[in-house]
Amino acid sequence: METVIEAIDLVKQFGPFTAVDTISFAVRPGEVFGFLGPNGAGKTTTMKMIQCASPRTSGTLSVFGMDPGTHSHEIKAMIGVVPQETNLDTEFSTFENLMVYSRYFGIPKEVAEERAEKLLDFVQLTEKRDINIEKLSGGMKRRLILARALVNQPKLLILDEPTIGLDPQARHLIWEKLKLLRSLGNTIVLTTHYLEEAERLCDRLVIMNNGTILVQGSPAALVRDHVGGGIVEAEHSPGVVACLLDMGIPYEVAGDRVQVVTDNPGAVARELLAKCDAKQVLTRAATLEDVFLKLTGRVLRE
Amino acid sequence: MIRELLTVPRLTGKAWTVWRRNLDVFLKTWRVNLVPPFIEPFLYLIALGFGLGGFVGYIGDVPYIDFIAPAIVAVSIMNSAFFECTYGSYVRMYYGKTFDAIIATPVSIEEVIAGELLWGATRSMIYTSLMLPVLVLFGVVDLPSSLLLIPFAFLGGLLFACIAMCFTAVTPSIDALNYPSFLFITPMLLFSGTFFPITVLPPALQVFAYAVLPLTNVVNICRGLTLTMFSPFMLYNLAWIVIVTGALFLISVNLMKRRLVV
Ligand SMILES: Nc1ncnc2c1ncn2[C@@H]1O[C@H](COP(=O)(O)OP(=O)(O)OP(=O)(O)O)[C@@H](O)[C@H]1O
Ligand SMILES: [Mg+2]
Repeated sequence: METVIEAIDLVKQFGPFTAVDTISFAVRPGEVFGFLGPNGAGKTTTMKMIQCASPRTSGTLSVFGMDPGTHSHEIKAMIGVVPQETNLDTEFSTFENLMVYSRYFGIPKEVAEERAEKLLDFVQLTEKRDINIEKLSGGMKRRLILARALVNQPKLLILDEPTIGLDPQARHLIWEKLKLLRSLGNTIVLTTHYLEEAERLCDRLVIMNNGTILVQGSPAALVRDHVGGGIVEAEHSPGVVACLLDMGIPYEVAGDRVQVVTDNPGAVARELLAKCDAKQVLTRAATLEDVFLKLTGRVLRE
Repeated sequence: MIRELLTVPRLTGKAWTVWRRNLDVFLKTWRVNLVPPFIEPFLYLIALGFGLGGFVGYIGDVPYIDFIAPAIVAVSIMNSAFFECTYGSYVRMYYGKTFDAIIATPVSIEEVIAGELLWGATRSMIYTSLMLPVLVLFGVVDLPSSLLLIPFAFLGGLLFACIAMCFTAVTPSIDALNYPSFLFITPMLLFSGTFFPITVLPPALQVFAYAVLPLTNVVNICRGLTLTMFSPFMLYNLAWIVIVTGALFLISVNLMKRRLVV
């Protein structure tokens, strides 16, 4: 199989509103594929179509070569889903949550028990095995949801903002687990607001905004193709702006900073210091955030 | 529109995994759940049976307390399934996001709703089974015919579960569920031949009650069973319940699907 998921001109409308507007992408086996975008970009809507929870309005979509509209049962048996909103069973303990969920997949009890123990160990929740999940922290709940998504040993994992609201440690732990899963040959699709997360985890990603895909590619290629090598930043003062205009150097304003995209950051920085009397000059490598800023004029972080 | 609502869903045994989930929750909190069905008949029998019954004496040749005993069961069948599939299901659907979690697995939304309905019916059956010994102890119901109340509670419960799920499917909020409770359930509780014979009502209302009010038909069967007084009219009641339950089962599943699949 060449692709795990293939979408061509996929559209989703809610009444008159178009949430996903003619997007095309393909996810290959064994890769981590990211959907990056601000609130309301259409990430969750896209995930819901893939996981057979929401019918598409038009376009084609295939998951494992099957149509989610007609083969939801087969597709759902092969995927694991981490939803954006935590929806664990509050009445049950950590372990019971996994057991009840296994039952929906028709996994025999003995097999499910063995898997549940292993998965709790995998997400480091064995200590919390018999605790009611209302007593788990937010990060523990996200980890448990990840474990829950793995009970059916899915070939494809769909993670909608897996690290939302987590502290840096908890986030790193999830990243580590996802990398491990990837190394075991799982295909992973994830959505995120976090540029760092996308840059670290994704083999390839798309940046979405207003229901459309702006660009797609590997993080490195996106940075190279859309921004270039480096960024020079300086304070946003009338003097600096006038001077940049004077020298004909294109720049962008980002808050209280001006940014110059260049393949030769050293030279630009020297000029800014020498000729423009800039006080706070900084050079750095371009990141996905710069790509996003350039494409949409928006800051991605919430 | 009507055809869409009466579409027969594709269901598999997976609906029982949803039923089982609810049973597991019920058993986890059994101490809370098992008390009401014991207490309820005591309250009714003492307040209405002994209290009011002292003034009323007999209805026909049936002691008043024996007359209301089957109504207590019928009301409990109605309440346990109705409240389970309105407030209970709504909380699971809206606040707990439990349905969202389940439909990410090979269980379909139709099966989730079917599981909820079966669970509502089961809850009625469990409550009836728990009330029955109390009623037997008071000597107000006949044996063995009253044992048939237990399987009948499942059918009657399913009827009210399906009615409830239709409301849940269209309610804009949990507060709006108070309307069917107060405008539909409470009046039915009073006017369905429960605490006074339906024959005292004007003939037109009697016809209305048997043609439209679910509880009237359920009460009549319960009473036939606890008093061992079978009449051919009970076949009408049974047929009414079966047909209406069947139709509302389809309608509630399709309404819920329409609400949840967007
Ligand atoms: N059921 C619905 N009915 C109507 N509009 C909806 C529905 N679900 C989503 N939308 C709209 O579709 C758009 C995309 O929403 P979506 O949840 O896919 O965004 P997202 O990229 O996941 O955002 P976030 O980062 O906030 O999770 C939003 O404008 C949202 O209001
Ligand atoms: Mg989202």
